[in-house]
Amino acid sequence: MPWISACEADEIDAEDVMRFDHDGHTYALYRSPDDKYYATDGLCTHEQVHLCDGLVMDNIIECPKHNGRFDYTTGAPKGAPVCVALKTYNVKVEAGMVMIEIV
Amino acid sequence: MTMSDIQNHTRDYSLVGESTRRAVETGLASAQWYHSEVPRKVMKELMQRRDGPAIRDTIIWLGLLVASGAGGVYFWGSWTCVPFFFVYGVLYGSACDSRWHECGHGTAFRTRWMNDVVYQIASFMVFRNPVSWRWSHARHHTDTVIVGRDPEIAFMRPPNLFEGILHYIGLLDVVASFKVMARNAFGILTPSEKSYIPESEWPKAIFAARIHMAIYLAAAIASLLMWSILPLMLIGLPRFYGCWHMFLTGLLQHGGLAEDVIDHRLNSRTVYMNPISRWIYWNMNYHVEHHMFPMVPYHALPRLHELIKGDLPEPNPSMWHAYVEMVKVLLRQRRDPEYYLRRTLPATARPYREEFHADDAVPAASSIA
Repeated sequence: MPWISACEADEIDAEDVMRFDHDGHTYALYRSPDDKYYATDGLCTHEQVHLCDGLVMDNIIECPKHNGRFDYTTGAPKGAPVCVALKTYNVKVEAGMVMIEIV
Repeated sequence: MTMSDIQNHTRDYSLVGESTRRAVETGLASAQWYHSEVPRKVMKELMQRRDGPAIRDTIIWLGLLVASGAGGVYFWGSWTCVPFFFVYGVLYGSACDSRWHECGHGTAFRTRWMNDVVYQIASFMVFRNPVSWRWSHARHHTDTVIVGRDPEIAFMRPPNLFEGILHYIGLLDVVASFKVMARNAFGILTPSEKSYIPESEWPKAIFAARIHMAIYLAAAIASLLMWSILPLMLIGLPRFYGCWHMFLTGLLQHGGLAEDVIDHRLNSRTVYMNPISRWIYWNMNYHVEHHMFPMVPYHALPRLHELIKGDLPEPNPSMWHAYVEMVKVLLRQRRDPEYYLRRTLPATARPYREEFHADDAVPAASSIA
């Protein structure tokens, strides 16, 4: 599966999220408080709102529109109104760049 | 405008009718809404959750509830109980709404279980199914005052002002809520409810309704056994005699403003209020700000307001001012349902977003400043 270079690692603040668009698809890239990187689909499964405007708290991303919550490390829904899990993607950091495995 | 004209303009506010189909087809449903520009770093800081303010407010709220309720019981049978029940009623029948609302958003506390506990208590007090209303309110934020989509439109055009007045003593609201709760408790959800509640949540909504009805039944039985209305004065009836403040503040949120627009500056109202009302209402007087940025907790809304007020219509300086403004519009809407208040933006603001309502926009001469 292709690994795509998404951004420089320090472009994302700790405990924050950033949008990444590639080939007509939008992704959300996360940097956790313990400095690990994760990626999910970029739109909330509830109402297709961009998660990059949401709030990251520990391992939770909260949707900016309806406050639905996901565990961005697994994609699991953690609070209404979301019920459907987010798709997650493998991420690695190489030479200071965040790489996402597009599947 | 004649009565037949008014009837021709009567909109279908159901969630499964012609207006619903139109809203979906025209792109009004689940649209991208306008929001003022706030730098990401600033917004991140505003969105931060804290337990402290809501713990403080909840201790005060529940402490005053217990104290005023105890005073009401102690002085029951004399006129001295009236001021105690006045306070108890507002704390129960009005403050419950703002606690239900903020905890439903999950923004009151940082700690999730605290939001959930207060949400369940407040849902019971406000007589709302904690499951179905969570979804109802999510829809209200997705499609704010979009006819055929928003289940929480208070004034449907042409407005019935008599019904509006009855809201202040809870007559229509509680009776309607009781019917819904009873129906849910019997395992029945309407097509409208099914349109915004995911199927996986239906059993939870029915279970919650049964719990609520069981508690109300227990209070009613206690009243019968004691042959006294006192148990119901503490559980249930405050939603009638104490809800006036909820509607005093809540009806201002969208009353008399635009329908079917995708800019909250056109359909929501920010009103400056006294500190007691703001505490009871948990700062929802900053209602444009809340709808634009529902992630911002109630305690940070005044700061958000200061940041973006240059992009918003001038807030109403008082509740009185807002009521005068709103009632004038509602009176006119009785004979001209297309009329609404379109407020002037300051010179510093970006223009209203017009895409979906340009064809229906009223001429400038028909709006009031």
